[in-house]
Amino acid sequence: MTLQDFLMLDLPPLLAAMLAGGTCGLLGSFLLLRRESLIGDALSHAVLPGIVLGFAFTGARAGLPMLLGAMLAGLAAVALIAVVQKAARLDPGAAIGAVFTTFFAVGLVLLEVTGARSVDLDLDCVLFGQLETLVWTEGRDLAALLDPAALAALPRQLGLMAGVALVVAVAVAAFWRPIKLACFDPAFARAIGLPSRSIELALALLVAAAAVAAFEAVGSILVVALLVCPAAALRLMTDRYTVQVLGGAGLGALLGAVGYALAGPVPAALGVDLALNAAGVIGTLGGLVVAAAALLRPRRRPAAAAITA
Amino acid sequence: MNPPAPLEVRHLTVAYGEKPAVWDVTWSAPPGLTAIVGPNGAGKSTLLKSALGLVPALSGEVRFFGRPLDTVRDRVGYLPQRASVDWDFPATALDVVCMARYPRMRWWGLVPRRDKEAARAALAQVGMADFADRQIGRLSGGQQQRVFLARALAQDADLVLMDEPFAAVDAATEAAIVAVLRELAAKGRHVVAVHHDLGTVPEYFSSVLLLNARVFAAGAVQDVFTNRSIAATYGARLAVLDEASVGAGAVGA
Repeated sequence: MTLQDFLMLDLPPLLAAMLAGGTCGLLGSFLLLRRESLIGDALSHAVLPGIVLGFAFTGARAGLPMLLGAMLAGLAAVALIAVVQKAARLDPGAAIGAVFTTFFAVGLVLLEVTGARSVDLDLDCVLFGQLETLVWTEGRDLAALLDPAALAALPRQLGLMAGVALVVAVAVAAFWRPIKLACFDPAFARAIGLPSRSIELALALLVAAAAVAAFEAVGSILVVALLVCPAAALRLMTDRYTVQVLGGAGLGALLGAVGYALAGPVPAALGVDLALNAAGVIGTLGGLVVAAAALLRPRRRPAAAAITA
Repeated sequence: MNPPAPLEVRHLTVAYGEKPAVWDVTWSAPPGLTAIVGPNGAGKSTLLKSALGLVPALSGEVRFFGRPLDTVRDRVGYLPQRASVDWDFPATALDVVCMARYPRMRWWGLVPRRDKEAARAALAQVGMADFADRQIGRLSGGQQQRVFLARALAQDADLVLMDEPFAAVDAATEAAIVAVLRELAAKGRHVVAVHHDLGTVPEYFSSVLLLNARVFAAGAVQDVFTNRSIAATYGARLAVLDEASVGAGAVGA
């Protein structure tokens, strides 16, 4: 493998996988601590109709309209889950399950109806992502990394992913303490005047945005793996909030990098004729990491008696 | 003129779905230590949560020190029920107590030393200084309750609303809570606590509100905490049940 091959073919998907894993891993801890991992699952699927409509309106795979459509669909899903839960007096799990599968199904139908599918938003890429198609045609040598014209030729999915990752990182840093309290004790947060409700809504929006950006990299199914697996593995390994949150982001990025490398470049470098679906490898690794953490249990969990006493 | 009551509610009505939990309650908490007493489901916790704006009221008005909550939030502390949070959360006892002081801090960065010291002092006050760095899931139930009490103390509020502070605690914790209540009263602070142990009301509190959706009696413990008013508060439910069973019998007959 030459440097040129790496820059043109491997760098963009590697970065996309790492940014997707890091962003989802960061947000995943908050979902897990709020016992809302299913919301991440729901949002990552419920955004599909918004993505398709954003695509249909502009007729092109432009990042911002699709992101906007996805955020609106995510908001609508969160609101509808609350309404269904209240009106039908369903248990939260049932309300979430009913809403997100419906949204996802509507998205699939829209994909056919709007003709988006025939262009280049096909079902396979929705489900499994398309990491391998991210190429940097101008990445001929290291100098290209500093050349604005060459950088402008980077795949636009990568730009969207980087933008969302930056927004998520800044938001999490700036609202560090309100988010922590909204995860641990939202009622107390509201009692002392912190904007707990707005924080909860903003978290949902960030998850929707991360899901859209990551969806192009790893597909809508495996976004869930990135939202759940790093956070769950860290939960089994640490009792410290900072380690949980930042470690989740780090582990997510690592999963993205290692998963992508194992899917293609490593076997290729070893001369093995084996090309795997990168998203599949990343998801599988995520499951293995959680399983390993559960088996090793570095963190001694408190005795059940201590919790109930 | 007397200073305004620490907490005053007027015509407060709260309902969950179609079932009213608090019905047209008009009451003002006197200074000092006050217990809210009543049977299960009488709306005691709901009254506190509604006063703090945590559950919406259908109607009514709430005043703290004669003013709306938003303008005096730093004077009002809150001790939620212990069961309301996940104690497996990755946080130490000190982390949790520091949360009381979040409104005084920036939203990012390290907790200022001043606030950390205030949190440690609050932990010491409830006899938990040695457990500051322990993960909260590895504390006993009573110790967890004392961490919550320390958090309420670290708010340094003039009035603390406590939701079942004595629920399922050991003798050492109960003694620690009582000592804290007396210190607060001695400093001229006020406490309104939901309480379920009728036997200890006269010993721990100076005033009482007997609540069963409606107000049945309110005032100084020695004046209103009588067998008659207690029976009326707790019997209201029985009387309703009697009527219901008579009705059911009539249908069945």
